Amino acid sequence: MDIKHVKDYIYWLYYQYLLITCSYVLEPWERSMFHTITVTVFAMVVYTAYVFVPIHVRLAFEFFSQIFGSQPESTVSI
Amino acid sequence: MANPSAVCNGHLHHHHHQKQNNILKSGIYKKNGITKGMKKNGVSNGTLHKKTITEHFEQAPMYVAVLTFLGFGVGTIFGYLRDFMRAWGLEKRNVAAEREQQKDFVPLYQDFENFYTRNLYMRIRDNWNRPICSVPGPQFDLMERVTDDYNWTFRFTGRTIKNVINMGSYNYLGFAETDVNALKTVTIELQKYGTGICSTRQEMGTLDKHVELEKLVAKFLGVEDAMVFGMGFATNSMNIPALVGKGCLILSDELNHTSLVLGARLSGATIRIFKHNNMQSLEKLLRDAIIYGQPRSRRAWRKILILVEGIYSMEGSIVRLPEIVSLKKKYKAYLYLDEAHSIGAVGATGRGVVEYFGMSPDDVDVLMGTFTKSFGAAGGYIAGKKDLVDFLRTHSHSAVYATSMCPPVAEQIIRAMKCLMGLDGTTQGLQRVRQLGKNTRYFRRRLHEMGFIIYGNDDSPVVPLLLYMPGKIGAFARRMLEKNIGVVVVGFPATPITESRARFCVSAAHTREMLDTRGLKADVSGLFHSRCSSQRTKIW
Repeated sequence: MDIKHVKDYIYWLYYQYLLITCSYVLEPWERSMFHTITVTVFAMVVYTAYVFVPIHVRLAFEFFSQIFGSQPESTVSI
Repeated sequence: MANPSAVCNGHLHHHHHQKQNNILKSGIYKKNGITKGMKKNGVSNGTLHKKTITEHFEQAPMYVAVLTFLGFGVGTIFGYLRDFMRAWGLEKRNVAAEREQQKDFVPLYQDFENFYTRNLYMRIRDNWNRPICSVPGPQFDLMERVTDDYNWTFRFTGRTIKNVINMGSYNYLGFAETDVNALKTVTIELQKYGTGICSTRQEMGTLDKHVELEKLVAKFLGVEDAMVFGMGFATNSMNIPALVGKGCLILSDELNHTSLVLGARLSGATIRIFKHNNMQSLEKLLRDAIIYGQPRSRRAWRKILILVEGIYSMEGSIVRLPEIVSLKKKYKAYLYLDEAHSIGAVGATGRGVVEYFGMSPDDVDVLMGTFTKSFGAAGGYIAGKKDLVDFLRTHSHSAVYATSMCPPVAEQIIRAMKCLMGLDGTTQGLQRVRQLGKNTRYFRRRLHEMGFIIYGNDDSPVVPLLLYMPGKIGAFARRMLEKNIGVVVVGFPATPITESRARFCVSAAHTREMLDTRGLKADVSGLFHSRCSSQRTKIW
């Protein structure tokens, strides 16, 4: 029963995707082309996010903490 | 207190009034902000509208608009791709093309103009022009057709889909019926007169049936005289040129029907458009017209005619008649009211928007309407003062050149109108009007509860449900057909490009179960995720 709910939900999500992007009206070969392109672009976005976002976040955090909470980490230490 | 629509022992007691002034609004479906006492003479609060006009034109959330444009973008890209393939011969061309020998001539078929038709409309074309094979009552039978090449050609399988619930026909009062008892008089007239008239009104085409019908229409509306024509569209397009000409000004609503636009253009008068149902816009145009006059010569306009409709069929909104009448009186303009959808459908006894607002029919100069929608027949009428109608009898193009209405159709209108007025001795007409009001309110309430965005006035039986995204247009219609409900979906160019909709026409002949079947398909509504209305709370 649970599997059926999950499958229905996934089908519903797929149907929504088709309707929203207007790929419902396309012929099957156009639809495959469209899906390929979309999935490729989406995969590239995800990959870029995975690779670059943590590094950027860390650098930004360091940059801002230097400005605001700047305990003078001077080279002269007491 | 006299109740003109009192029902006693199943018979309708009808007080014959000179004017339809003392109209008691039945409390079922009217919301009166002010309680008014019953007045014997005169129109109560005739100049001010006495009920709060509740119209909804809710805007969709921003993401919906963005996704709509995204959908159209995808469609356009693939449209260009397909056009490219067709131009380079990678795909068979199904559109019309010139012959080889004519390739160097002036092009006959402009390829880009039909870009939208070719690439978007064709893909979902199976939702329109569906042939039906029974009377379009509350249910009808559909001929099943399939397509092998993605809607370029169709073929019929031979089967019929039976008992599809009809949410698309303008059958407001349910007079499209095949009941033998109901059509008895029509059959008699058919056998007496046949079907062909073979002449125009001015030659040999005026029958006693037409005279009888015109008298009945005048009595129904409470005016002096009326004239009927064979076709509703032609009534507008052929009579406006007879009424106005060069040197006149036409102020027409933004969303007027094509027949009004065509009639206005054919007349040769200057046309100015005011925003839909917007009285400030109309007043500004009127003032400018009177202050500045005609464009170059600054002469006064010969005539100023305001063209409005009773119910706008794409929006479901009702015209603000009291305000327009007060404007017209102030600035001395004429009013042409096209009651195609509202005659029979609104008003306490079905007499249209004039009765709905409790006004006198003398306030409107030209009352026009059609018999196609609420009366289950065909044709149109123009009613008003006797001078006006006599003028039209001689000067209207339709009277001179068009064949007149055929007798069985005239008899159908006569019997429907008599039923509506109660002259056939039963209360069936009034029951139909009340049932339509109940159905309308119920249907709108249910749809609103489910969270759809519905346009229009609460009392109008035309219910547009907004779909917005182009992908949903085809999907909605097909899904509804699978569930045995026939709907009409509309997209660009009949509506603005971002506001495609499904338009339901509630009928008095629908029973509550039929409306529930449509309204209750929660899986459908969930499937469509059109529930973007933020006003989910119950308003009624």
